[in-house]
Amino acid sequence: MGILEVKGVSKRFGGLQALGNVNLSIAENTVHAIIGPNGAGKSTLLNCLVGKLIPDTGSVMFDGQSVLGRKPHEINQMGISRVFQTPEIFGDLTVLENVLIPCFAKRDGAFELNAFGSVRSQADIRERAEQILLDVNMQDKGSMHAASLSRGDKRRLEMAMCLVQEPKLLLLDEPTAGMARADTNNTIDLLKEIKSKRDITMAIIEHDMHVVFSLAERITVLAQGTPLVEDIPEKIKGHPKVQEAYLGQAHDE
Amino acid sequence: MLGLKSKDTTLLVVVAILTLLAPFILNPFPENSALAQFNAGYPDLMQRFVIYGIFAIGFNILFGLTGYLSFGHAAFLGVGSYAAVWMFKLLSYNVVPAIMLSVIVAGIFSVLIGYISLRRSGIYFSILTLAFAQMSFALAYSVLSNPKFNLTNGETGLQVYADDPQIFHRAGLPDLPHFFGLSMRSTYTLDVGGWSFDFNAGYYFCAAIMLVVFYLAIRIFNSPFGLMLRAVKSNQQRLNYTGLNTRPYTLAAFVISGMYAGLAGGLLAAMDPLAGAERMQWTASGEVVLMTILGGAGTLIGPVLGAGFIKYFENIFSKINDGVLHAWFAFLPDGLENALVAIIHPFVGKGWQLTLGLMFMAIVIFLPGGLVEGGKRLGALFRRRSSDETASGETKPAE
Amino acid sequence: MDSFILQVLNGLDKGSAYALIALGLTLIFGTLGVVNFAHGALFMIGAFCAVFIQRLLSLSFLTVDDTKKDFLGNPLKVETPYIEAWFGPELGGSIINWSVPLAIFFAIPVMLLVGYVMERGLIKHFYKRPHADQILVTFGLAIVLQEIIKYFYGANPIPTPAPDALAGAFDFGVLLGFDHNTIIYPYWRMIYFAFAGIIIAGVFAFLQFTTFGMVVRAGMADRETVGLLGINIDKRFTLMFGIAAGVAGLAGVMYTPINPPNYHMGMDFLVLSFVVVVVGGMGSLPGAVLAGFLLGILESFASTTWATTTIPGINQVIIYLVAIIVLLTRPRGLLGRKGVMEE
Repeated sequence: MGILEVKGVSKRFGGLQALGNVNLSIAENTVHAIIGPNGAGKSTLLNCLVGKLIPDTGSVMFDGQSVLGRKPHEINQMGISRVFQTPEIFGDLTVLENVLIPCFAKRDGAFELNAFGSVRSQADIRERAEQILLDVNMQDKGSMHAASLSRGDKRRLEMAMCLVQEPKLLLLDEPTAGMARADTNNTIDLLKEIKSKRDITMAIIEHDMHVVFSLAERITVLAQGTPLVEDIPEKIKGHPKVQEAYLGQAHDE
Repeated sequence: MLGLKSKDTTLLVVVAILTLLAPFILNPFPENSALAQFNAGYPDLMQRFVIYGIFAIGFNILFGLTGYLSFGHAAFLGVGSYAAVWMFKLLSYNVVPAIMLSVIVAGIFSVLIGYISLRRSGIYFSILTLAFAQMSFALAYSVLSNPKFNLTNGETGLQVYADDPQIFHRAGLPDLPHFFGLSMRSTYTLDVGGWSFDFNAGYYFCAAIMLVVFYLAIRIFNSPFGLMLRAVKSNQQRLNYTGLNTRPYTLAAFVISGMYAGLAGGLLAAMDPLAGAERMQWTASGEVVLMTILGGAGTLIGPVLGAGFIKYFENIFSKINDGVLHAWFAFLPDGLENALVAIIHPFVGKGWQLTLGLMFMAIVIFLPGGLVEGGKRLGALFRRRSSDETASGETKPAE
Repeated sequence: MDSFILQVLNGLDKGSAYALIALGLTLIFGTLGVVNFAHGALFMIGAFCAVFIQRLLSLSFLTVDDTKKDFLGNPLKVETPYIEAWFGPELGGSIINWSVPLAIFFAIPVMLLVGYVMERGLIKHFYKRPHADQILVTFGLAIVLQEIIKYFYGANPIPTPAPDALAGAFDFGVLLGFDHNTIIYPYWRMIYFAFAGIIIAGVFAFLQFTTFGMVVRAGMADRETVGLLGINIDKRFTLMFGIAAGVAGLAGVMYTPINPPNYHMGMDFLVLSFVVVVVGGMGSLPGAVLAGFLLGILESFASTTWATTTIPGINQVIIYLVAIIVLLTRPRGLLGRKGVMEE
């Protein structure tokens, strides 16, 4: 029994069958990659997991509870954090404030009318926030405006914001999309480091095979809205069905 | 001090000193001088400075922090005024219960309006709040003033009549709004040389309340709640995916700012026990928006500055008539004098609204950050200039 | 039954005005992505075009008529409009009398020009600014425009009658087999409704059947993609703004005989037109027209004595109530599309 169990999920947009009967099980403490050609339904699947979309059929169980019908913030409170394709951070706020917010969310829940306490005087919260900035090597950028960070740093910040909540499952939507090779390698190292330091399950949606094969312990290949194969990376590499799905793309690389 | 950062404490202390000394500061010109018309130190105007300051401080908690632009906040101001006058009519002229009820009623009202309006964001939200305010205006102006059920007294405005119950009114208490016997109109005038300074009980009452709510606003700005509100403005999607529910945060901000507006409305009635529907019109809602952006939305001191600025210019500009203009330009040749007066004429006196509109546009176009931003830019300019000078001084020998 | 028809008819003229303003608002939302709080002011400027033409045509000179005396025995001063002096009292008089319809020809170029200047001079610079800034700057502009009008024409409503020939009313009931005088409908209101219908049909036809309209519609659906095709939409959108201004202006010109114009009529109509747009569905042209007529008719029903005695003041708030109910049950409005102006 995995920490995330997807059973028979389908989603249709008008005439387009985006997902058809998807079954997926992600085991606890693994790094599970979901790959597939463009339009395979990867993002739709992800959106179904976090409450942005509601599937037409099927069930999504996380940690023994159904996530269907819950709002994104409720699903996050259950222990699922999400990293977006383009980093979603609070651009108008400072880096430190960016990580303080998930700290408060972790402690106080979805809403707390803490209107007269002072942010500065919450020593425990600040300590946590500063620690996580140290973890992602951003300790000296705490007072910078988040919008003025480099793209790589924005990604780091977003990961820090997710990690500080200590999620059970971290969803990564193409975490290295549009990055230079060096940045990609840094991100891989960062993720490896994160994985080695704590118990965490990761689900990565990725195009870049280099990233996938450096990190993933299991890989699911999605094509045309249905899972094609699921196996360990070594077996996926030469799998004929995968070759077929990636035809053209695989040859180019 | 008081749980504030030292910078904010300084700000609060400076504002406190300025408000307390306002009767002096705002009356810099001797009574009989030609410039006396620029004096602003009389009770009525000073009261409006601080009351609209409160209104704008509250509005800023919603607009400045969350970015939700309400175009209907005047409704809460009006509701607050009506509630206060009703307390005067039913209980007594004591301002304390009146103001308390203003805040409570405005709070309830803003829960209702906020709950519905906040289901939408962006421009939908602005239009919804505008529609609600216009509806409240229509209700107050005509619907709720029929003979069977006269809540607002329509066009005439709600006021206290001799046959009202006023069950706690006792002989010896002033027949005007008072604070446990101290009439809001009582004024002590200090004459020094050609100057005359008014110290008005109503002004100091409002000023004290403004300082308290300003302090509360600073606390809100620096609280985790305030941080969340700024996060709402910055990125709602990330906030949701960080496990936070945005709607109660925005609703809380809406209600808090509605209560500030109600307080301001109550104080307006406490200074002058009359409540009219025109206080709820869209122009009044637009005015508080203007005050906030003029001063600087999202800054602490901005709204107070903006409110003072607008109310001052409204007062001065609307008083200037052709006679005053001719007196100003009397030193010029007649033709030029008349031409200048003719040019300026549309913008002053009754044309003050035109100047207001132009100012509104100019601020949005050229200075979206408002006066505070402008001040910062000026400051930065001076600093850069002086640092340039020192820098060039240092590099010269090396050349 | 007869009173039902009467109320529907009564709602049509106000509904037409709402529909025309809302149509322009939606065009501007959809094409430029700008929320125009000054759109009501354009309606008002249109109305004052009619006032201007009426005043211009009535410009008079004074003559002293020695043959007649006033009650003090002084010679009577007679005002003669220049027009009458030039064209003779008969023709000149009827030209003055027809000033409102004639004003249309004046209003069209004026409104196009006003729209062009507004878009190029101000709105253009606000495409990339937040909606809040757009609202604020157009709000300021609306104040400025209405204050300018107030400066020249004063604060009181100015009666601008329809031509005498069209001033009567039509006994509509007889046509449908009712008694005389049960359903009476003024000619001018009928004309207004027909006029609105023609303009609306014209705008839709223009968008539907011309290449220009096609590009604009494509731009409304997906601005970036159209921009990528190398089509210069900005120029077209400027013209679109002019057309929207023209529609609002013509709606204003023709409305003057129904309601004497004053300087704040624009804002009064704007608030309601925004509600109309929201009810119809932001970004939907048919929605704006449909909601305009529906709300106009609804308002007219709410104004009947029966309604106002049952629920006092219902006529004042009905539109807002409907808007609130619609938004709570169908957040995108009657015909709204997903994703329009939801940021």
